[in-house]
Amino acid sequence: MTFNIDFLAWRKIAIIFSSIFLVISIGSLIFKELNYGLDFTGGTLVELSYPEAADISEIRGTLIEGGFEGAQVANFGSSQEVLIKLPGTISDTLGSEIVSLLSSTNLNQEIDLRRIEYVGPQIGSELRDDGGTAMLIALAFMMLYIAFRFQSMFAGAAVIALIHDVVIVVGIFSMIEIEFDLTVLAALLAVIGYSLNDTIVVSDRIRENLRSLETDSTSEIINTSLNQTLGRTLITSLTTLLVLFSLYFLGGELIKNFALALIFGVIVGTYSSIYIAANALVMMGLTKDHLKVEEPENADNNPLP
Amino acid sequence: MKRYGLWKYLLILLVLGFGVVYSLPNLYAPDPAVQVSYTSSSQTADGFLADNVREIVAQQDLVTKVELENDYVLVRTDTYQNQLIIKDLLSANLTNDVVIALNLAPTTPRWLMDIGANPMKLGLDLRGGVHFLMQVDTETAIKNRQDGTLQDLRIRFREEKIRYSQAVVQDDSSIYLKFNSLQAQEDAEDYIKDNYTQFNLPLITDTDNGLLLSLSEAEIDQIESDAIDQNLTTLRNRVNELGVSEPIVQRQGKKRIVVQLPGIQDTAEAKNILGKTATLEFHLEAQMDTPRSRKTSYPYRNGRGAPAFLQDSIILGGDQVATAQASFDENGLPQVNITLDGEGGSKMHRATRGNIGKRLGVLFVEQKTRTIYERDLEGKQIPAQETYEVKEIISLATIRAALGTTFRITGLDSPSESSELALLLRAGALAAPMTFVEERTVGPSLGADNIQAGVFSMQLGLFLVLAFILFYYRIFGIAASLALTFNIVLLVAVMSILSATLTLPGIAGIVLTVGMAVDANVLIFSRIREELKRGREPLEAIDAGYNRAFLTIWDANVTTLIVAVILLSYGTGPVKGFAITLSIGIITSMFTAIMGTRAFVNLIYGSKKNLERISI
Repeated sequence: MTFNIDFLAWRKIAIIFSSIFLVISIGSLIFKELNYGLDFTGGTLVELSYPEAADISEIRGTLIEGGFEGAQVANFGSSQEVLIKLPGTISDTLGSEIVSLLSSTNLNQEIDLRRIEYVGPQIGSELRDDGGTAMLIALAFMMLYIAFRFQSMFAGAAVIALIHDVVIVVGIFSMIEIEFDLTVLAALLAVIGYSLNDTIVVSDRIRENLRSLETDSTSEIINTSLNQTLGRTLITSLTTLLVLFSLYFLGGELIKNFALALIFGVIVGTYSSIYIAANALVMMGLTKDHLKVEEPENADNNPLP
Repeated sequence: MKRYGLWKYLLILLVLGFGVVYSLPNLYAPDPAVQVSYTSSSQTADGFLADNVREIVAQQDLVTKVELENDYVLVRTDTYQNQLIIKDLLSANLTNDVVIALNLAPTTPRWLMDIGANPMKLGLDLRGGVHFLMQVDTETAIKNRQDGTLQDLRIRFREEKIRYSQAVVQDDSSIYLKFNSLQAQEDAEDYIKDNYTQFNLPLITDTDNGLLLSLSEAEIDQIESDAIDQNLTTLRNRVNELGVSEPIVQRQGKKRIVVQLPGIQDTAEAKNILGKTATLEFHLEAQMDTPRSRKTSYPYRNGRGAPAFLQDSIILGGDQVATAQASFDENGLPQVNITLDGEGGSKMHRATRGNIGKRLGVLFVEQKTRTIYERDLEGKQIPAQETYEVKEIISLATIRAALGTTFRITGLDSPSESSELALLLRAGALAAPMTFVEERTVGPSLGADNIQAGVFSMQLGLFLVLAFILFYYRIFGIAASLALTFNIVLLVAVMSILSATLTLPGIAGIVLTVGMAVDANVLIFSRIREELKRGREPLEAIDAGYNRAFLTIWDANVTTLIVAVILLSYGTGPVKGFAITLSIGIITSMFTAIMGTRAFVNLIYGSKKNLERISI
């Protein structure tokens, strides 16, 4: 694949587009907030499997009669599977109580217990704090590593792109009200890894071209580099999306949101490594001179493992 | 083009062979099995037990195989349904000195096991079971320690003739003492400095002749870690009573304990046995002349007897009970044999030698939690959890002689009473109460579904990626496909050797690795194509492609690895499972995608001089 696209001509449009998206995401995070899952809110969750299609309203009625007022009852994956949630509860026995209540009022049907989860309030807030810390540490390490391997402008550009990606993916989750739990958090960190992967490949080529190409125009060099790496970027995104879609459709209910977060992340990450990271480099005023003081070795001369 | 040394081929072959062998055990599906062992660790399973089991199992017409392993007898069967039937059959027919546990027995061939090749461990989300996280209330342990010290101080002050007017353990677990005179206060201060090392110095005094004793940081740490160790031991014993194969009971962080019980289906029972947040206290019965302020009346458990007054001072706590077993005395009457640890034995001896004929009471202290509703500032009702204690007498028996480390309680009405008492005595060995702060239970059917979903999505993902790269890169696509497949084999082998646990998010990590590992090859191959376009000779282009792409691949993978390691150290549960496979996958993929494909490409094209074109 050879491309000759004038990416930087689209620069302003990309910036406007990203800004709008960021504003919407942040707005949604502020006003709609994230739909936190049990891992972060604390509470009780019970998943049951009925031999035939379950009657949700009947189950809800039984639960209200049994004193579980705030129970949220919904199908999960299929009409036989039922998910009952009691967010924010602080007793660790509610799960078993619900199971025995429903089995005793439903004697003619054999109910299969799929899972019970209980997360205490302090655990929920700890998991949230740890997640936030992990995210910040990951970003800090990335910045350090890139600053060490490349140059501080590349580090700045990469981190701008990463923050862009994370905010937009989380924003999308907030907008379409998909549950945000521990696995989604893991996916988000994987998005950081993936998006950075892309950004590094592009940055690497920009660095190489800054050193080897004749022209002095940074924009031109960046544009050439983007075109040279575009084929690879698209193919890798494609293969990653292939496995993610197979996870989304076949991996089961527990993996669905994880896969979805990564699917959004891969798409946004691919876009950002082309438009955001590269743009940021141009705007920060990267020139050939910034790399002169760097180590004289050329990437070409590095030995094989 | 650079020659590829023989040693490199050999290395690759070696690694691949090793990967295949060590991932092999995962192809053998385990048998549902039932495991029988003796409760007491001094007794090991023998031919007698095996024959016994064989005979019982033979009553039903089921497919079984009975094997005698090192310290247990294993009954293998073919279905999970039969597994349950066999368990019930054995529980009904074997004496109660054995533990019967459900198990998944590996079917790995002997020669693989001999070289240490074992299958990966499956996480609870794949095999079903319960995960509990328990918080240890170490503050209670600290308070108890201070209570004990205070009892001791009272006696010492009496001996030293130091007169005090007040001696209490305050809410913050510090001891407050108030003396009758400045002289008494100074004497006490000197005495405490000389004889107790656990307090913060200097001791705090006040103008009312008071003295405040607070525990030093080091002492608090010590008490906390002792309490957690004690609770770990107790939980391990309780888990053994439950009959679980391969349970995990370990400390997490400063005050928490993780318990994982694979294959447990009755979670309520598990929770009852583990969650018995009970402690024991041995007290002497109060006499008529014991002052009111030194005794308390407690009810008898289950109303078996009338309430009785016990002295407030504790002889020893349940953490010093080593074992308690129900048995029968020489006349065939039920009794309970108790063994204390050494320190407990001497405490018991000191307390009982002057009190023969009096009665010894055992107090069962249970921590329970209930939900109460409080009103917040806006008048909204908010639920809160409150713990409270229930104290009941479980035994009140006359002391016939000075007791030591071993003694027995007789005069029980029935064998069921003696076994219940023994269980309560054993259960009491918690140094500090615990509460459940997290529970995750996965039923066996969901576990099986998760495995299936994981495997299906992996197969489809792998198939799609392989199909695409074969179509897109042709001969080089074959190299990349082989590399990708071997990457999975190696990943599984490394996981098996590290005996890492595979979870559903872990499978997701493997699937994601499949998608991302291709990246290295895509980078290399794109480079080769570019070099060809620039007019280089095919072999030179291959060389340049590999060389130039290497650093990029390195940087890209190192950064992803950094993320994975951060996930590993900060994450819990699902996050960790994902991070493990992702990290291992990144490392193995570097090997297969760079060295592996290079070897393959060199094998195909390396020997040809004057190569005109390559299929990429």
